[in-house]
Amino acid sequence: MELYFFLFFAIVAVASSVAMILQRNPIYCVLLLIMVMISIAGLYLMLDAQFVAIIQIVVYAGAIMVLFLFVIMLLNLSREEGGVFRIQKPLAVLLAALLFLPVAAMIMSYTGGGTTTPADGGGAGFGEVEQIGTLLFTKYLLPVEIAAVLLLIAIVGAVVLTRKGTVSVGE
Amino acid sequence: MVVDPMILEGAIALVKIGILLGVVFTTVAYLTFMERRISALIQDRLGPNRVGPMGLLQPLADGIKFMWKEEFIPASADRKLFAIAPALILVPALLIFAVIPVGGEVTIPAFTLFGLQIQETTTTLQIIDLNVGILYILGMTSIAVYGIALGGWSANNKFTLLGGIRSSAQMISYELSLGLSIVGILMLTGSLQMSKIVAAQDGFLDWFIFRQPLAFVIFVIAAFAENNRLPFDLVECEQELVGGYHTEYSSMRFSMFMISEYASMVAASALMATLFFGGWHMPFEDLVGPGLVTLYQVAGFLLKTGFFLFVYIWVRWSLPRFRYDQLMAIGWKVLLPLALLNVVVTGIWMLV
Repeated sequence: MELYFFLFFAIVAVASSVAMILQRNPIYCVLLLIMVMISIAGLYLMLDAQFVAIIQIVVYAGAIMVLFLFVIMLLNLSREEGGVFRIQKPLAVLLAALLFLPVAAMIMSYTGGGTTTPADGGGAGFGEVEQIGTLLFTKYLLPVEIAAVLLLIAIVGAVVLTRKGTVSVGE
Repeated sequence: MVVDPMILEGAIALVKIGILLGVVFTTVAYLTFMERRISALIQDRLGPNRVGPMGLLQPLADGIKFMWKEEFIPASADRKLFAIAPALILVPALLIFAVIPVGGEVTIPAFTLFGLQIQETTTTLQIIDLNVGILYILGMTSIAVYGIALGGWSANNKFTLLGGIRSSAQMISYELSLGLSIVGILMLTGSLQMSKIVAAQDGFLDWFIFRQPLAFVIFVIAAFAENNRLPFDLVECEQELVGGYHTEYSSMRFSMFMISEYASMVAASALMATLFFGGWHMPFEDLVGPGLVTLYQVAGFLLKTGFFLFVYIWVRWSLPRFRYDQLMAIGWKVLLPLALLNVVVTGIWMLV
């Protein structure tokens, strides 16, 4: 049963990401990317990571992709023009091959022993909000704080960039 | 033959889903009717009262009419997206109901059906009690944008496109306040699980409306904006955009947009009742006999939900629409800081 669900989500994820690259219409690309996100959320769910799965949907499928769609609709981009990506194409193939090497090495060195289900690895309540919250505020407190500061800088930067050149501070 | 407990559990879940969908669709059908009757009442008219006694068969007549209308697709439309957009908005609206608890535990006594022995089982009146219930609801509301945005884009018409763009901007802006307004409740409950949020409100004075009044106001305003209801219906906005994102739709596809609008209204009202008005908990539960207490609780929950649905309609026919800049200003400069303030105040209150 679990295998079928895995195969379903995996095939949908891979197929839609391939289709996304081949697709010329930007709106369809966005939709296919959303399908990838949701199938990855399904894979997370199968690993008992409820919280991560829902966050994947809320943040990626819900918020970020809506912004993508918003911008594409606002600029009314139609089909991408050919010839713009002349250098990028061979470069992408090369980089993908380079990236694939370590992954392939890892797959080859995997001997297949020890199929621990994640529920055993994490104990009771694995993947639930309570456990993740406790970890974030104890073990990973510093990274969380740093990430928060980074995000704040990004927000302030965005505001500064949009205000650049307009002298409307005391309006 | 005794039924396997696993299969029995699945069967009970299916029955619950069936009942819930039936109730939701019936409510939606009669909500359109009530909207017309109440608007007539507010405007001192009669409203639809010809079909059946007091016009009660009006939704049925509307449904038949929708089905026999011509299905029209504009020549320059993107046919695939045009076809799936109504489904993309209806499905998330219905999925929200999966985590809303309608009542407490019920025991089904053992009985025999077609020679199958079914043993005594207890089940809660909720389809699934997710550990991340609240986040699941926020996720579904955030996905609901796509239906409107794509419906507006795929018709290839400037008015629908404007409606779609407005909706995506508006829903992103108000989602923040919607999510942040609930944070106070989560802090007091210490859980994202819907059943625990309801359990935290079992006494009348424990209802979160008394402990989180500001959060309730923010939640209601943000929910109105999320559902694109007046005073926030700039997405449809008849005077400027003809009909907004669904201008080009006709027949059952148009009716699917209407059904999902009303279904998400029902979901939002049920959420207001669940999060702030004690869910299925009612005052004076002890005075009701033990056999009737579940019935009393479910009836109470439906009554609360019905009240908020009435408020939705009442507001729609009483308030004018906001201007677009006002809408954005309210969302970002008023609701968001207030929601953050609410979180801080709740934190201080919990510490003291």
